[in-house]
Amino acid sequence: MSFLTISHLEKAFGSNRVVKDFELDVAKGEFISLLGPSGCGKTTVLRMVAGFERPTAGSIVIDGQEVTGLKANARNIGMMFQAYALFPNLTVADNVAFGLKVKGVAKPERDTRVAEMLALIGLAEKGGSYPFQLSGGQQQRVALARALAPSPRVLLLDEPLSALDAKVRVSLRNEIREIQQRLGITTIFVTHDQEEAMSISDRIVVMNAGIADQVGTPFEIYNRPTTRFVANFVGTLNTFAVKVEDAASGLVRLGGAALTLPAGLATGTEMHIALRPEALRLGREPGYDTVVPGTVEEVHFMGSIIRLRARVAGEVVVLDTFNRADQPPPSPGSEVEISLSGKDAIVLQG
Amino acid sequence: MTRFLAWFALIFGCLYFLLPLVGMAEFSLKMRRGEYSFDAYARVFEDPTFWATFSYSLAMAGATIVVGIFLVVPTAYWVRLKLPQARPFVEFVTLLPLVIPAIVLVFGYIRLYNTSSWLPLTGSALGTDFLLTMGYTTLALPYMYRSVDTGLRTIDVATLTEAAQSLGAGWITILGRIILPNVMVAVLSGAFLTLAIVVGEFTMAALLNRPAFGPYMQILGANRAYEPPALAVIAFAITWGCMGLMQLVTRFSKHERAKA
Repeated sequence: MSFLTISHLEKAFGSNRVVKDFELDVAKGEFISLLGPSGCGKTTVLRMVAGFERPTAGSIVIDGQEVTGLKANARNIGMMFQAYALFPNLTVADNVAFGLKVKGVAKPERDTRVAEMLALIGLAEKGGSYPFQLSGGQQQRVALARALAPSPRVLLLDEPLSALDAKVRVSLRNEIREIQQRLGITTIFVTHDQEEAMSISDRIVVMNAGIADQVGTPFEIYNRPTTRFVANFVGTLNTFAVKVEDAASGLVRLGGAALTLPAGLATGTEMHIALRPEALRLGREPGYDTVVPGTVEEVHFMGSIIRLRARVAGEVVVLDTFNRADQPPPSPGSEVEISLSGKDAIVLQG
Repeated sequence: MTRFLAWFALIFGCLYFLLPLVGMAEFSLKMRRGEYSFDAYARVFEDPTFWATFSYSLAMAGATIVVGIFLVVPTAYWVRLKLPQARPFVEFVTLLPLVIPAIVLVFGYIRLYNTSSWLPLTGSALGTDFLLTMGYTTLALPYMYRSVDTGLRTIDVATLTEAAQSLGAGWITILGRIILPNVMVAVLSGAFLTLAIVVGEFTMAALLNRPAFGPYMQILGANRAYEPPALAVIAFAITWGCMGLMQLVTRFSKHERAKA
């Protein structure tokens, strides 16, 4: 049973259609990420759900109530903004209490709820501070508490981590996910950071030019992209142009070596296949049926992972290998063998 | 050489500005022959007309500030939030009082609102006070609008509005509890400038025949020798006091420090 239903949602600014026939069903308590490049319409969808933008067409239903025509302040939706948006003239406690005050909640009840929210975000002792006295991460946690205090039906997060430094981003996103799961609140999270979306979402909507290209779990999105855009946008891909030589066995040739793809492709079909960097193995690897020669061009040490760029069959490919202290990486210019398997290949369509 | 010229320009500027003030202040202290005294000031403060006109002008300034806040804050906020394309036009309109002399405005008012017009505001003291307040609001508009607009520039109006809306707030709550407190220092700056303008204003009050401080200063200046410079010093003190208050308010406003 869908808790939030977005049907045939459209938004045009003049002749520019930024959201086209957008459809999404969100279950109660689900954490959905809208992922896509800048200008793909993800923030516009979020703003339409929040009530800040009026859709050109389509409808938004929350918990059985049609909210498409409702004003933003009548939707009971909590929102976190990229720029924190804490009220500078109010203390942390007053910021958190703002929504409750507007709702007319009595002071004793309000104070209890504020204390509860501040404890939830681990800032119980900061109630009397002003926003400018807090760090960026703390301000964003207060923004989360403020959004959650009036018990909204849906929580909307508009790139709330973008303005924070890398370390705080990771810890805060985990905190957001933990609180979201604890409260069981339906959440829509907008981000252009795929790692962020992958790490905390139940499902991801990959958006491209105003449409939802693919909706799926992080595992599905990463491993089974259904469009070329999704495959290219999410993660790093090595793409190869191949031609099916034998339909029955799914045989194609890559750099002179035979590679077996899943059966069902017509003989003579010319297409692109893609392999993730972690699907390519340096050297001969048991269980990998295809080995192609390559020349290492660049070596990037990234801590736990070493990323190699090598030339294979005229194409530059990227492969990741785990860093092992007893096994130094090959140096640029060295000839190597690379193992790969047809079962890891993604057949690109669209 | 450049350094010397800069110092010379600074000292020349200070002398140009301060010498007449010092001369005026010194003259105001010379009422008693052969010695300095505050007799002129005492005479001014003993005059009940001084207090009556000064109180009247203060009351008018208060009314002007209230009208100005109610007119300018929502307008500047709305222009910034919803009509940014109208900003040049609104700015032009708010600048008009600087180029249209007060005498032109007040003659316009008298022609429009005299006792034989469809809205005879000049027919009663209250009506004329209302008219004078509107006139003062117009005169103070360039200063009030600019102050408030500058204040609004220091906050993210759109995001704060959306944050408040998402928490259930309506327009009045947003303006009263979020926007106004965050531009209060700017509003107070505009208010103190308005106070300084209204307290010294002569043309409108004189032509509308109201017992304000400006006409009182003029009458005193035409008939006495030592009291007018004393009054001028008092008027300067009020203006500078207002500017000092603006600085104090800015310094002691806790959350404003975050913007600095």
